[in-house]
Amino acid sequence: MSSARTTGASTTRTRNGLLNLLSLAALLYFLWWAPTNLDGYKLRVINLIAINGILGLSLNLIYGIAGMFSLGHAGFMAIGAYVSALLILTPAQKVTQWILEPIAPWLLNFQVPFIISLILAGLAAAFVGWLIALPVLRLGGDYLGIATLGFAEIIRILIVNLTPITNGSLGLKGIPAHTDLWMSYGCFLVILVFVTRLMNSNFGNVLRAVRDDEVAARTMGVDTFRVRTLAFTLGCFGGGLGGALMGNLITTIDPKMFMITQTYNLLMIVVVGGLGSITGSVIGSILVTTMLEWLRFVENPITLGSLRIPGIPGMRMVIFSVLLIAVIIFRREGIMGTREFSWNWFFPPLKQPEGKTPDDIDDILEERRRGR
Amino acid sequence: MNLNMFVQHFINALGLGSLYGLIAIGYTMVYGILRLINFAHGDIFMLGAYFVFFATIQYKLPWELGVIIAIVGATLCGLLVDRVAYRPLRNAPRISALISAIGVSFFLENLAVVVFTGMPRAVVQPPWLMKPILVGGVRFIPLGLMVPSISFVLVGGLLWVVYRTKPGLAMRSISYDIETTRLMGVSVDRIIALTFALGSGLAALAGIMWALRYPRVEPFMGIFPGFKAFIAAVFGGIGSIPGAMVGGLALGFVEIMSIAFFPHLSGYKDAFAFVLLIVILLIKPTGLMGEKMEEKI
Repeated sequence: MSSARTTGASTTRTRNGLLNLLSLAALLYFLWWAPTNLDGYKLRVINLIAINGILGLSLNLIYGIAGMFSLGHAGFMAIGAYVSALLILTPAQKVTQWILEPIAPWLLNFQVPFIISLILAGLAAAFVGWLIALPVLRLGGDYLGIATLGFAEIIRILIVNLTPITNGSLGLKGIPAHTDLWMSYGCFLVILVFVTRLMNSNFGNVLRAVRDDEVAARTMGVDTFRVRTLAFTLGCFGGGLGGALMGNLITTIDPKMFMITQTYNLLMIVVVGGLGSITGSVIGSILVTTMLEWLRFVENPITLGSLRIPGIPGMRMVIFSVLLIAVIIFRREGIMGTREFSWNWFFPPLKQPEGKTPDDIDDILEERRRGR
Repeated sequence: MNLNMFVQHFINALGLGSLYGLIAIGYTMVYGILRLINFAHGDIFMLGAYFVFFATIQYKLPWELGVIIAIVGATLCGLLVDRVAYRPLRNAPRISALISAIGVSFFLENLAVVVFTGMPRAVVQPPWLMKPILVGGVRFIPLGLMVPSISFVLVGGLLWVVYRTKPGLAMRSISYDIETTRLMGVSVDRIIALTFALGSGLAALAGIMWALRYPRVEPFMGIFPGFKAFIAAVFGGIGSIPGAMVGGLALGFVEIMSIAFFPHLSGYKDAFAFVLLIVILLIKPTGLMGEKMEEKI
């Protein structure tokens, strides 16, 4: 009896592994096919989906999985974008760009390859995140959100004012367009696998325990502060990495890019997808990114035969915010809730194991969360 | 810095601080009752400024009427926000209401861009408010004294409402225990709506005075005063009305005086409030006049 069960489960696992490989191959084929067959604008949107996926996953790690309400992601993106750009620009470019004040001499001759700049960007954001976590994670709930928002604003104001390092409000231009589909989807897959493994590890269980009941977790001997700091720092790494990729995709960065609006977009991704669901963040990223681009049509003039409707600037964000409010009022748990994608949705498991499957348990947990 | 200059800065700080205080009251009352950071509050403030701009400058109505229209209009908007975006979420996890509030804030800002265009508009100040008066070497304008006086009178009135009237009693009761209050036969939704109305009216008035002080209106003008006022509310101890005023004044003084004494730091002006917030949260998380919070198990 028990041997039949194990065989069924392991065959299911083999089948799911094969299906994973198959989808990966399909994605690789698409990445190979896309650059020659799609125009630059579409490619940029497809790149943005991966970058927003990284950012959404990292915010979800902090907020959905570890339960720390953070409104500071734009700040960490800014750190990543600036660190990467400063490490990539050539000394000649740096000399010509710093107009208001000359660049700090120690920065002038720094130059590293793109990949290293990405890692350093992530590490820089993680380091700042760790520094911030030490005092701020003592706070809970809304206060944590406001404090992280404050830190993000402080980071932005520092960028505006530290002209010798950041070129102030002029921003940086001419960043080489290093971010291509391979790079963004490569990073995205690495982060996706990392977060999935993390979630399924013991650390993931500890994180959820801390989120659901901090006092109980502490009673069980969990060092809640250390766990939260670690999750926050990891999330900040993702923020920095995403920011760096974004900078290298758009090729110009300036402090205005990293206002609170940026954080709201990421929050939308996480909330629409479902707080605490990795699959949800991926779906959220696809939906929100394409929706934000697609909605641009309302801001452009539309011609219907002889009727000409002028574009309405700002309308895009009005619709977007109405959608955010509608999602939170009518479908609070987002698209996925806390559930995850499983191949078993499409194919029944080869041999139904007895008792509760992990999926059932997720449903039970979901019910409980909603009931609270 | 001589004494005259100092008095000048003092009056400035008093004006700015009392405006922060007026906005902070809206945050502190809503947070005290619903435990919700009403992110849309700063945008109600913006709407107040816009309404008065349109009434007086676009449609040439007298100022008194414009002020009344702005207060009534912003109050209605505040009520609508509560009804549409917050009331359906009363029994939801608090984080849902918070995200809804972020959505509303986003919505109001961008709606303002659509309706009023994103272009900043200049506000024409009534000349009698601007006529300089010279008192012993200190030059000031009537507006500089009018703003704090109006603010203090209003806070006095609000304190009377909250501590001496029945709806005020109901408000305090809700903030203490919403379920028990409901059982006592209080129409909780109506009292919460009243709270939103009072807060929005005060925010609108602050918006009007802000637009007179810094004579321009733009759709995103509410964001920074909003954040700072929230910080003032936290600083003073969230839930406490006198605390909001004290926090607002403290913030006004920190901002004006730090630039007065260290002019080279003026680029960091907007960061002071956040630094102050983080310091106060770390030293005394419940603020100056806040009650002690206990860990609920």
